[in-house]
Amino acid sequence: MSKISYPIIGDYNIPAEYLLKHLFKNQVIIPPPITNKTIELGVQNSPDFVCTPFKYTLGTMLEAISKGADTLIQLGGGCRYGYYAELQEKILKDLGYKVKVINLITKGKPEIKRIINLFKEIDPKFKIRKLFYYGFITMKMLKYMDKVDDYLRCNKAFEVEKGNLDSWRAEMLLKFKTTKGLIHLYKTYKYYFNKIKKVRINKPDKVIKIGIIGELYTLMEPFANNYLEKDLIANKIEIKRFTTATYLLMKKNKIMKKAFKQNKEIKYQLGADAADNVMNTKWLCQHNFDGIIHLKSAFCTPEIGVMPIISKIAEKEDVPVLFLTFDANTSEIGVKTRLEAFYDMLEMRKK
Amino acid sequence: MKECYLGVDIGSISTKGVIIDNDNNIIAEKYIWTEASPVEAVRKLIKNLKEKLPKNYVLKGIGTTGSARKLIGLLLNANVVKNEITAHAVGTVTFYPDVRTILEIGGQDSKIILIKNGIITNYAMNTLCAAGTGAFLSSQAKRLGLDVKDFGEYALKSNNPVKIAARCTVFAESDLVHKAQAGYEKKDIIAGLCKSVVMNYLNNVGKGKKIVSPIIFQGGVSKNKGVVKYFEEILGSKVIVPENSHLMGAIGIAVLARKNKTGKTYSLELENIEFHTKGFECHQCANNCELLKIYKDHKVVDSWGSKCGKY
Repeated sequence: MSKISYPIIGDYNIPAEYLLKHLFKNQVIIPPPITNKTIELGVQNSPDFVCTPFKYTLGTMLEAISKGADTLIQLGGGCRYGYYAELQEKILKDLGYKVKVINLITKGKPEIKRIINLFKEIDPKFKIRKLFYYGFITMKMLKYMDKVDDYLRCNKAFEVEKGNLDSWRAEMLLKFKTTKGLIHLYKTYKYYFNKIKKVRINKPDKVIKIGIIGELYTLMEPFANNYLEKDLIANKIEIKRFTTATYLLMKKNKIMKKAFKQNKEIKYQLGADAADNVMNTKWLCQHNFDGIIHLKSAFCTPEIGVMPIISKIAEKEDVPVLFLTFDANTSEIGVKTRLEAFYDMLEMRKK
Repeated sequence: MKECYLGVDIGSISTKGVIIDNDNNIIAEKYIWTEASPVEAVRKLIKNLKEKLPKNYVLKGIGTTGSARKLIGLLLNANVVKNEITAHAVGTVTFYPDVRTILEIGGQDSKIILIKNGIITNYAMNTLCAAGTGAFLSSQAKRLGLDVKDFGEYALKSNNPVKIAARCTVFAESDLVHKAQAGYEKKDIIAGLCKSVVMNYLNNVGKGKKIVSPIIFQGGVSKNKGVVKYFEEILGSKVIVPENSHLMGAIGIAVLARKNKTGKTYSLELENIEFHTKGFECHQCANNCELLKIYKDHKVVDSWGSKCGKY
């Protein structure tokens, strides 16, 4: 029996764990949370100039292997991300591990037939019916999670009693792990979202609003961006983030198709979320956001390519953009200095 | 008794201290090397400033800026601890209210600040590497057997600067060695080096930013006349180097200390204050955070570097 595991990104390991546990029962090995050790392992065994998410995911894979995993699930996107699975498998095999890395998405699309065949290899008794049922619940779970997180990003900075929102959210995620079905999931979500909405919030009329855009891994994994959102919230700033799992898995294609028709700045995909970020920059400028923070991992080619376009659009609308690059060993103090200056500037401009 | 305010800018290479009064007059100033021990440098600096300060002044505020601002802020009990970008902008606007662009090249970092009506509208700072900064120039000066202070004079003598790769310090250095071994004159190489600093700055930090005059150039490298000359040549407009260009950050933070004064009186007595730091690694989880505990008078006043917030 093969044991499967998967790389972590943000809190999305909870829906991932839920889905895989129901499909493969005790064949699933839960990967440990990302720590300094993860990234050290990743850096040691990765090519130096590969983008940072490769290093993080490889690090998690190595940690999962040491816990007994031999089949690792990876996804792929429209940039170098599309080759992660193959290259990581090669590296792991060169290191002497007998493992398989399976890529669920090829050519930018999840092909259901291929995925079913891959899953049948893991567990011959795998039932298609189960994939659709639990897959649907997982999608809903992602949607609910992102809805709650969107609300928190807008309001957490202005909480009267600090920590209430976070603890309700943590409790909700804990309950999500033991979801019994669609209705149960919906009830849990409603219950906790009501609780969260009832938490007292003291939001002044004029708040600084920042939109964060950029490369998906650095955006969604707080460890990879030095807990940027936490820092923003501590400085009483409302955050808008577009990139979430719901967006990437369900909305992206539809929205982008429309955007290509309507916008003259973008006509085609530039790989990963680069084109989306151009569109988001426009949106943020039009909706009176005070500033934009663009995050990327070092050597992320699509985002590097799109940076001049973003700064040009933002300059035209007079919205400042802060570009930050995160690598495995980014100095925290350097990032802090730039962020502090950014907050100071936005505050001065607002006055 | 007249009121005065202290601003300390602890950079990677040099530590600057300034005491100003209510009308932005500089009462005392000092510029010394940090030499990688900010606490010792600040002790020396404060001792010197104390001697220079006339007896009829009373200190009403302290501000710290620069890369060691947090540490020194704790040592001096500062009422303002701010990043160097804000400090530089405030300092410059105090003396040049109509400034539009500030170019700043320091020891480890370089930045560009765009200002409109006295308000920062945009800024950029070098990322990831310290190419084309003061540290690079002084290390190259050592290689050429010169004092970095004489660099500007040398560069001005040359009419024919050699081309040196501007993109990256490592490439620039190997380029420089090649040119020297090929037999180019020293003054031409130095001029080329100054030009490469300017090119590097404009290509990296100044990329995509509209540089509008009046332009003010500050930071340690602004004292290098060669760099100033090539900035003017390439930008095609006048570049102002204030007399106190190397102190601008310290002046700015002193101004901020005045704006945020608490009414308390501060002292410059540091000799009797015991201050040390202790670094250690926490092994309670796989993060292995590098922690730093700050002791003042044998008591822990702060600790940094913890990811989980336990320390």
